[in-house]
Amino acid sequence: MVSSMAETWRRHREAYLLLALPLAIIVIFRVLTVGGAFWISVVRYGPRGAPFVGLANYAATLQDDLFWRSMFNTLYYSVGVVPLGIAVSLGLSQLIFNLGRRTQMFYKAAFYLPMVVSGVVMSLVWLWMFDPVYGLLNWLFQQVGLEPLLWLRSPKTAMPSLILMAVATGQGASIVLLTASMGSIPDPLYESARVDGANGWHEFRHITVPLLRPTILYLLIMGTIGSFQVFNSIYVMTSGGPYHATETAVYLLYTYAFQMLNFSRASAIGVILAVILALVSALQYRFVARGSVEY
Amino acid sequence: MNDSQPALAASRNPSGAALEPRTRRRGRRTSATRVIAFLLLTLWALVSLFPLYWVFVTALSPPSVVMSTPPRLIPDPPTLVNFVRLFGRSQIFGWLANSAIVSVTVALSNILLGTMAGYVLAKKRFPGASIAFWIVILTMMIPGQATLVPMYLLVNKLGWLDSLRAVIVPDLVIAFSIFLMKQYLTSFPTEMIEAAKLDGAGELRILLQVVMPVAKPGIAVLGIFTFVDYWNGFFWPLLVLSSSENLTIQVGLSTLRFQFTTDFGLWNAGAVFAMIPVFIVFFSFQRYFLRGITIGAIKG
Repeated sequence: MVSSMAETWRRHREAYLLLALPLAIIVIFRVLTVGGAFWISVVRYGPRGAPFVGLANYAATLQDDLFWRSMFNTLYYSVGVVPLGIAVSLGLSQLIFNLGRRTQMFYKAAFYLPMVVSGVVMSLVWLWMFDPVYGLLNWLFQQVGLEPLLWLRSPKTAMPSLILMAVATGQGASIVLLTASMGSIPDPLYESARVDGANGWHEFRHITVPLLRPTILYLLIMGTIGSFQVFNSIYVMTSGGPYHATETAVYLLYTYAFQMLNFSRASAIGVILAVILALVSALQYRFVARGSVEY
Repeated sequence: MNDSQPALAASRNPSGAALEPRTRRRGRRTSATRVIAFLLLTLWALVSLFPLYWVFVTALSPPSVVMSTPPRLIPDPPTLVNFVRLFGRSQIFGWLANSAIVSVTVALSNILLGTMAGYVLAKKRFPGASIAFWIVILTMMIPGQATLVPMYLLVNKLGWLDSLRAVIVPDLVIAFSIFLMKQYLTSFPTEMIEAAKLDGAGELRILLQVVMPVAKPGIAVLGIFTFVDYWNGFFWPLLVLSSSENLTIQVGLSTLRFQFTTDFGLWNAGAVFAMIPVFIVFFSFQRYFLRGITIGAIKG
C-alpha cells in the first residue's frame, strides 16, 4: 500500500506539484467555506462562542416578514430585468445581423462599452440622472409634456427605475452571443421558408428564435443567477429603500451580517438563496431545454 | 492555433456559433425597413452610451451649472474645478493605486495558477485527477453570497481585515480560471509536449516555454476579463476594507456618494478616473472582448 502510494507519487510527482498550490487555494477559500456556511447557519455565532441551535436560524428567517419582502423584491427585479433584457437583445441582434461587418462591429462595441464600466460608476451617474429636481430624466419628461416622477424616491417607482437602468445598459454581452449564434443557423432553412411564402416576422418567430433556444436558455439562466444577486446598485442608489421597496435578498443578507452583526441569520439567508438559485436554474433548464430543436 | 482560429469558442459555445460576424441578408429589405433598423439601433446606442458621456460632461462642468436647468449637454464653460476639489477631499490616487495592485496581481496570478492547474487537468492522467476537476466545477457553481460570512470570518481570523491581502489572496486563482484554461488546453497538440519532454525539458519548463506562448489568445482573454472584473469589483472589497487609505477605487467612490450626498460634479470626477483604465483596456483589446464573451459562455 505504502509502496504503491510512493510509486504513484514518483510517477506523477510533477502533476501533483503543479496542481498543489492552485487546488489548495480553491479548497481553503471555496470548499471549506461552504462547510463553514452550513455550520454558522446552525449555531448562534457570537463573540462568546457558537452554541448549536439546529434549524432555529432558518425558522427565524422564514418567519421574518422582511425576508419574504426581500424575496418578492428579488423576484420582481429578476422578472423585470431578465425577460425584458432577452427580448430587447433578441430584437437588436436581429437588426444588427443584417448589417455589414464593420457596422456590426461598431454597434456591438457601442452596446458592449457600458458593460466594462463598473456597477458603482453606472449607479452614480444614473442616480444623478434619476434626481427628481436636477436630473436629466425629469427634464426630458417635461420637454415632452409628461409628469415628472420621483424615480428612486418613491416606493412605487424605485424598483422599476432600477430595472430600467439594468435593461438599458446591460445588453452588450447578450447581443454579441446572440448574433454569433445567428451566424450558425444554416441559410437553406430561410430559403425554403421563403419559397413557402414566409415573411420576415415568420422567419424570426419560427426559425431564428427556436434555433437560438440553447443560447436563450444560457442567457436566461445566467441572467437569473446574476439578477438574484443584485447588490451594487441597491447599495449605492437606494440602500434598500424607500420603505424596503428595493431591499433584495443579498442586500438583506448584507444588513444582517454587517450592520446587525447577526452572522448566523445572514448565513442561513445565504444558504437559502443558494438552494433557490440551484432550483430555479434546474427548472429553467428542464422547462426550456425540453423541446429544443436539432438542426 | 492562432488568433484567427477560434477553435475553442466555436466548439464549446452552447450553439456552436462561429465567432467572426458573418453577414447574410435575410428577408427582403426595403429601404424603409433599413432606415427604421438604423434608427432603432442608433437610438439604443445612444441610450447605452449617453450615461458614460454624461459622466464626463458633469465632471467637467462647474458646480453651479451642474445644478441648473435646463441641463447643458456640453460642459459650458469646461473647468477642472471638480477634479481639484476631488484631489483635495479624497484619497483618489491611493484608491487608484490600490485598485491597480489588486487587479494586476489577481490577473497575473490567475493566468499563472489557472494555466498551471488547467494544463495538468487537461493533459495529465493521474489518480485523483477527476476529483480535482469536480472540485473545480462544483465550486464554480456556488454563488459567492452563500459563503460570504464564513469567508469574512476566515479573513478576520487570518488578521487580514482592512488590508489588500483580504481582497487578493482568496482570489489568487478562482475556479473559473482553471476551468477555462483546462477547456482551452484540451485541444493543445500533445506531440509538442512529448517533443519537449524528449529534449529533456521538465514540466515547469514545458508549461512556461512551450504551452503558455502557444496558448496566448486564451491567456489574453483570461487576463483581460480578470483585470476588468477586479478593477470594477465592489462587494467583497466593501466588506473587508475600511480605512480610507486602504480602499479600492470603487469602494472609495461609494464613500464619496455618502459623504457628499448631492455633489454630482465631485462624484463624476471620481467616476472618470474609475473608467479610464477599463476604457484603455477595452479599446486596445476590443477583439478579445467580443471573443471572450463567446469563450466565457462555456461556463454554462
